[in-house]
Amino acid sequence: MSSVERSPWLIHYDASSCNGCDIEVIACLTPVYDAERFGCIVTGDPKQADIFLVTGSVNHLNAPVVKNIYDQMPEPKAVVAIGACAYSGGVFSECYNVSGGVAQAIPVDVYVPGCAAKPESILNGVLRAAKVLKDKEKAMRKLRREARRAAKRIERAGK
Amino acid sequence: MNGIEIYIAIAYVLLGPIVGGLMDGFDRIVTARLQGRVGPPLLQPFYDLRKLFTRRLAPVNRLQMPLIASHLVFAVLTGILFFYGSDILLIIFVLTLASVFLVLAAYSTGSPYSTIGADRELLLMTAYEPMIIIALVGLFGVAKSFNFYAILRSPMPAFLYLPGIYLGLVFVLQMKLRKSPFDISTSHHAHQELVMGITADMGGPALGLVELAHWYETVYLFALILLFFGWSLLTAILGVAFTYFLIIFLDNVTARVKWGLALSLSWLITLVAGAGNLIPFYIISRGMP
Repeated sequence: MSSVERSPWLIHYDASSCNGCDIEVIACLTPVYDAERFGCIVTGDPKQADIFLVTGSVNHLNAPVVKNIYDQMPEPKAVVAIGACAYSGGVFSECYNVSGGVAQAIPVDVYVPGCAAKPESILNGVLRAAKVLKDKEKAMRKLRREARRAAKRIERAGK
Repeated sequence: MNGIEIYIAIAYVLLGPIVGGLMDGFDRIVTARLQGRVGPPLLQPFYDLRKLFTRRLAPVNRLQMPLIASHLVFAVLTGILFFYGSDILLIIFVLTLASVFLVLAAYSTGSPYSTIGADRELLLMTAYEPMIIIALVGLFGVAKSFNFYAILRSPMPAFLYLPGIYLGLVFVLQMKLRKSPFDISTSHHAHQELVMGITADMGGPALGLVELAHWYETVYLFALILLFFGWSLLTAILGVAFTYFLIIFLDNVTARVKWGLALSLSWLITLVAGAGNLIPFYIISRGMP
């Protein structure tokens, strides 16, 4: 198991959710579901987080906030959009003040279905995001290796 | 002692993180069980640390990493001096310096959360230092020596002479170990008013170094507790285990206090339990041959 799969640290942001999904996210930490079994810690700090949990739809006011949190997280990172609103805006999608799902602001890796999403499926989404992170980490390492090789080749060609 | 101190000091440098990390993992399991949860595996802190070091380093400024590294170095140095049996005064200075470096690292980032966390950490330092000094003076009184091993080999466990000082020390250890009710500068738990407080702007390897320093600190702080029970191996193990459980238990049953209460409470305890134990002890032990 890769290191990030064993300790995925989360940050949770409520982007105009009705609080239904948020309550379920918090429920994941309670004794019944106990996300810490998988090494999950909910930090409030984007710089320490690996997985970004977003609930609710995105609008013009909170899109920059979502983007800001996403940008502050160190690479590699994964985003989990929780609930119907985070997917498409849900029942609010036709509202004049709703832009749509989280994907309007940042790239999303895992969608968790439900209105509200069940804690079991949220945990499942988090663990899937951890797998995505692992793949991203691998890809990053590969990219770095290739970049190093290319740099060496250029150096040799220069000589 | 014939040269064995240096080996123990080296063992501390090499094995300190392992012991500290295991204690942290044990802490997380006990905390989870107290809350009716299953909790993470025992080796979870090591998984966390390994992950933190695979993250990309994104320091806020050029000063932050050197300061954090100095924090780690001086935390390790405190333990080395402690286990080497050095002068206790020197140890106190180095211990303070280690904390000061962490505070400076937090101030250097300019984030409001870390700035307030650093303010609170400074307040906590003023709160716990007097009690630690009183504890060391008390231990000197029992063993007539500032040497770790001399105190450990004293004929009676120091706890019997210094129960008040022991209580006071447990009280301030809550601050040093960042446990409730005194986890006001930073906390391992999220959902606190300061986000992550003093470590708010430290991500990846930076946080890993702070965590590593914390494990080293845990080891020598519990070695300090060990001195109170250094009579036989059994009392030592029981005493340290009991103290650790007590601290975890208090962490789970108390709410976080405001800084003013933390400061006044700790000074009250220092005065009543610490000085109230130390002064009679010195008067009585002067009368003894």
